[in-house]
Amino acid sequence: MNLQHTKSVQPVEMAGRNQNRAWPVILEIAGILLFLLFMAPFLMVLLNSAKTAKEIIFNPVAWPGNWAQIFQNIKMIFENPTTDYIGAFFDSVIITVFSLAVISIFSAMCAWALVRNKKKWSTVVFMVFVAAMVIPFQVVMFPLVKWFKMVGDFIHIPLLGTYHGIVFAYLGFGCSMSIFILHGFIKNIPLELEEAATIDGCSQARTFFNVVLPLLQPAFITVLILNGIWIWNDFLLPLLILGSNGRVQTIPLAVTSFAGSYLKQWDLILTSALLAMLPIIVLFIFAQRYIIKGMVEGSIK
Amino acid sequence: MRRRGWVDALFIFPCALAFVMVIICPFVIGIYYSMTDWNGVNPVISWVGLTNFQGMFSQPQFIYSFLITLLYTGINIVFVNLVGFLLSLLATSKVRMRNLYRAGFFVPNLIGGIVLGYIWQFLFNNVIYSVGSSLGIGFLSSSLISKPGTVIWAMSFVNTWQYAGYIMMIYVAAIQSISESIMEAASVDGASYTTRIRKILVPMMANAFTITIFLTLTTSFKQFDLNFSLTNGGPALRFMGKAIRSSQLLAMDIYSTANGLNRMAEAQAKAVVFFVILVVFSLVQVYINKRREVEA
Repeated sequence: MNLQHTKSVQPVEMAGRNQNRAWPVILEIAGILLFLLFMAPFLMVLLNSAKTAKEIIFNPVAWPGNWAQIFQNIKMIFENPTTDYIGAFFDSVIITVFSLAVISIFSAMCAWALVRNKKKWSTVVFMVFVAAMVIPFQVVMFPLVKWFKMVGDFIHIPLLGTYHGIVFAYLGFGCSMSIFILHGFIKNIPLELEEAATIDGCSQARTFFNVVLPLLQPAFITVLILNGIWIWNDFLLPLLILGSNGRVQTIPLAVTSFAGSYLKQWDLILTSALLAMLPIIVLFIFAQRYIIKGMVEGSIK
Repeated sequence: MRRRGWVDALFIFPCALAFVMVIICPFVIGIYYSMTDWNGVNPVISWVGLTNFQGMFSQPQFIYSFLITLLYTGINIVFVNLVGFLLSLLATSKVRMRNLYRAGFFVPNLIGGIVLGYIWQFLFNNVIYSVGSSLGIGFLSSSLISKPGTVIWAMSFVNTWQYAGYIMMIYVAAIQSISESIMEAASVDGASYTTRIRKILVPMMANAFTITIFLTLTTSFKQFDLNFSLTNGGPALRFMGKAIRSSQLLAMDIYSTANGLNRMAEAQAKAVVFFVILVVFSLVQVYINKRREVEA
């Protein structure tokens, strides 16, 4: 511990007056130890991603002898004949981006119509959306698959195993909470703004798209982050809608397939886990403030 | 401003359609299927009444899953909130690098349960085991997730590691909303650090505690991803004279009843029970919030 530094902290620490001198030092040490403990699993993944399967089994805690092995492992994952990892990555991106687009735009439209339409039925519709948040995925998942199959056969557009099917499902599962968040936000936008636009000759739809939508940006950040992290990491819905060896795959499905077909092939499993975590960690480094704010606000509502 | 009803209806339509097709219809169908002999294969589905509901409460696996889920939820509520609270005290103290700590504690929460489960399977089976046996620690000389007695605790440990940083952030927001001058005044009046926490901080954070306790309650109760990839339900255990899976939580029991055993209607009945329990939790939460609003 660097004592020089703890001393310089003490004048600031008002509360430290009546306390034991050792207390700030203990706090500093506890902070470092806890931080290392929380980061250790990530370090272990990184270290072992740069080892061969034999090296991992021989000593999982050793420092890797040759860091270039990490590229060898990545190459093995990319060239794997049974799991198309690159394809799964792009599918995950497509599904997440399109789901977020439809969830945010349609939820905003719906929330705005529900707030501004002062009829009794709009309150009832809003209550139904909110109440449905209690419904756990487990109670709808099996009927959903059968229902999607029936509807798909009926309209001659397959919903299972397709991009549009899973994006539609994400809209259904994601809209409740998004409408709830946006509803609360829109209520606080002064109605005068919209009235002014109407007087200037804007239609109802144009008022929404040109006046209201740009004002929703802070709420959109919350909606995008909450839904984005959920959809990117989601496992059970893609498993049921896309299947574990369907044409369309996602990253969590790909990681599971490595773990399933190569049980104990830790070099591949850990490297694929590393690749799966990387985009989120990079995003977090750049958008930390927004992510934390979005996730905390989402929970409190 | 004159509003046109049909424009509003048009604006509501996309969400309403998806919502009805994805949640309402499957939900209603699901309630019906829970009272049939649906097995996913036979196209003829016939009504059996409440047989599926009666059957599940005599199944050793379901009873065990139920009890273990309650235990797991209880452990998590205590650990996640306690660790989250201690972390929030650290993160709002004058400690150096506190912003880095906050970010670091929060990161595990962003990674999906599936990926984390595989990572921790490796950590428990290889890393912790290898460190434990080379240091000669008897407790760690066999993997913690391979023993029925420790597997739930190991899962709670991972869940705490994953979730405490998120809970910490909610507490940090609550602590920062308390004015500094109150804490300083108490300190000038001679209140010790622990007294200030007990008498000022904790009572003023009551709202945040209600939120986090229910958050940890529902997320633990609904836990699936981590369960699936970390232990996949194992190891096996004898309970009520039958071999069962000792870490199969309720959500996973529903999944494997349908997927492994092809007993769809029975899984559906379990899911309905699962749903009813969650509704009760939510009603309790709403009740507590209402009462607090009246008091305030």
